[in-house]
Amino acid sequence: MNGSRSRHNNKKENTENSFVAPHIAVLPKSGIRDFFELVNSMDDVISLGIGEPDFVTPWNIRESAIYSLESGKTHYTSNLGLLSLRKAICGYMTSDYDLDYDPQHECIVTVGVSEALDLAIRAITSPGDEVIYHEPCYVSYSPEIRMAHGVPVAVNTYEKNDFALDPADLEKAVTPRTKAILLNFPCNPTGATLSYEQTEKIARIAVRHNLVVLADHIYTELTYGEKTPSIATFPGMKERTIFLHGFSKAFAMTGFRLGYACGPAELIDAMMKIHQYSMLCAPIMAQEAALEALRSGRKDMLAMKAEYRDRRNVIVKRLNEMGLKCFLPEGAFYVFPNITSSGLSSKDFAVKLLMEKKVAVVPGTAFGACGEGFIRCSYATSMEGIKEAMDKMEEFLRDLKKKK
Amino acid sequence: MNRNELRRNILRLLGEDGRLTAKDISDRIDVPVKDVQAEIRKLETENVIIGYRAVFDDSELPESAVKAIIEVKIRPEREGGFDKIARRLSKFSQVSALYLMSGGNFDLQLEIKGESLNDVAQFVASRLATIDGVLSTSTHFLLKKYKESGKLMQEEEDHERLKITP
Repeated sequence: MNGSRSRHNNKKENTENSFVAPHIAVLPKSGIRDFFELVNSMDDVISLGIGEPDFVTPWNIRESAIYSLESGKTHYTSNLGLLSLRKAICGYMTSDYDLDYDPQHECIVTVGVSEALDLAIRAITSPGDEVIYHEPCYVSYSPEIRMAHGVPVAVNTYEKNDFALDPADLEKAVTPRTKAILLNFPCNPTGATLSYEQTEKIARIAVRHNLVVLADHIYTELTYGEKTPSIATFPGMKERTIFLHGFSKAFAMTGFRLGYACGPAELIDAMMKIHQYSMLCAPIMAQEAALEALRSGRKDMLAMKAEYRDRRNVIVKRLNEMGLKCFLPEGAFYVFPNITSSGLSSKDFAVKLLMEKKVAVVPGTAFGACGEGFIRCSYATSMEGIKEAMDKMEEFLRDLKKKK
Repeated sequence: MNRNELRRNILRLLGEDGRLTAKDISDRIDVPVKDVQAEIRKLETENVIIGYRAVFDDSELPESAVKAIIEVKIRPEREGGFDKIARRLSKFSQVSALYLMSGGNFDLQLEIKGESLNDVAQFVASRLATIDGVLSTSTHFLLKKYKESGKLMQEEEDHERLKITP
C-alpha cells in the first residue's frame, strides 16, 4: 500500500493530466513484471517461478474440448454456464465439500476463478468498503479490491505460524466499514493451510461482525494432509460465503480459463448481472472440457497430486539442508523458504540467483511487503528440474559464504 | 505411513521409474532409507516385484523384429483347468506375455517375438498347434508400437510455458 501511494505522489502531475482514471493510475504493476522481463531475456533458465501445473491437461479432458468443436458446439451458453456443468459442479460440491448448492440459482461458471473473484468483489463492495485479506498473497487481491473502489486491508501472516492467518490478528483489523474477508488457503505463495480450529474462529468473527467471506479454494484439491472443511460449512456461514473455485490447478487446466462460484442465490444473482454485461458467458469448449474433468478426471488429479507431494518432500528437505529454513507446507505447490541467512534481500537474492546460476524464483515481496526475507519456489516443475535447481541454489549459497 | 501405504508408494514410484534408488524414494515419501530398502527387498523376495527392465522402442532389434498376438482356443483339462496348458505354453522363450481372457472365441492370448514372419509361423505350426489340448490358433502380426507400459514411443511436443507467473 505504501509503495503504491508513493508512486502516486511521484507521478501526481502526470495522473492529473492523464486520461487514465486515478484509481487505476495508482495501481502498482504486478511486482513480478520487471523480474519476468529479466528472466525472459535469458536462455536455459530453470524456473521455480511458475504458478501453474507443469502437467499438460489430461488427454480425456482435451479430447472432450476437441469433440465439442467437432460437433459444432461453438455458441454462447446460458449466462450462468451450461446447466449440465452447473449440476456436475454442485454434485462435486456435495461429494467433496459437504456443501449443497442449487445449480439453478446458486452456481455461476466464470472465466477462471479470477473472474469469479472479481465478480464477487464488485457485487458486494460499495465505495469505501473495506475488504480484509491476508498477506503474503496472490498478486491480484489488493488491486481487485481497489478497482471496485473498495479499500484493501492487509493482515500479515507470519513464519512462526507457518503463515496461517491468526484469527486474533484478523479481528483487530475489523472496523465498522469492513464488508468482507478474503481467504485463500491453501495459500499462494506460502503453501499455508488453516486448521479446523482457526477456520472455526474466523467463521465466528465473520458471523459476529456480519461479514461476507470470499473463500478462494483454487488449491484445495492439492492438500497433502487432512483437508480442512471449507469455512462455508461452519454454522451461520453458508449464507455469507461465496465459494470460489476453478479447474486450473487441480486438473491442470490453466489455459482453459474456467472457474466458478457457489453461494447464496442473492449474491450469485448479483454476480450474474456483472458477468452478463461484461463477459456474457465462459467459452463453451472450456465448459465441455470442465464437465469431462468432473466426470472422470479424479484419477489423473490424484496422480498429479501424488507427484506434487513427492516433489514437495524433496524440495523442503533440500532447502532445509542447505540452511534455508522452510516449514513443510500442507497445500498448493509452493514453498516459501526464509532466505535471511544469506544476508540478501528477497529481490537481491532472486536477481543474483538468476544471474549467477540461472535459477528463477520469485521474491517474497512480490506478494506483499511482509514477504521480505522469503522467496517463493514453485514445485510445479519436473523432479529433475527441482533437483538441478536445488544443486545450483546450494552452490550459490556456498559462493556467497566464500565471498564474506 | 503404515506398511501398506509404504508398499503402495514404493510400487507406484518404481512402476513409473525402475531406476529410482531407495534414497530417491525415501526423499520423496519422507520415510527413512532403511525402511524403504527393507521393504523393497521384501517385495522382491515375495515376488511382488518380479524384475526391472527398460521400456524401449525395440523396432531395431533383429531378434524381436516380428511380433504377433496369437489367440489360442484350448480344451480345459479336468484337473487344473486352463492352468496346465497355459503354464506349459508360457515356458517357451518366444512367448513374451500370456493371458487367460474372458469372452470371445478364444481362451489364451499370447504375445510372441520372432526374428521373421517365417520364424513366428514355424513356431505356431510346429510347436503351438501340435500341443494336445490346443484346438485352434489365430495369429495377428503387430505393425507398429505406439505405446507400451504407459509410455508413449513418441513423446508429446514440449509446450511453452511462461517462465514466471504469479
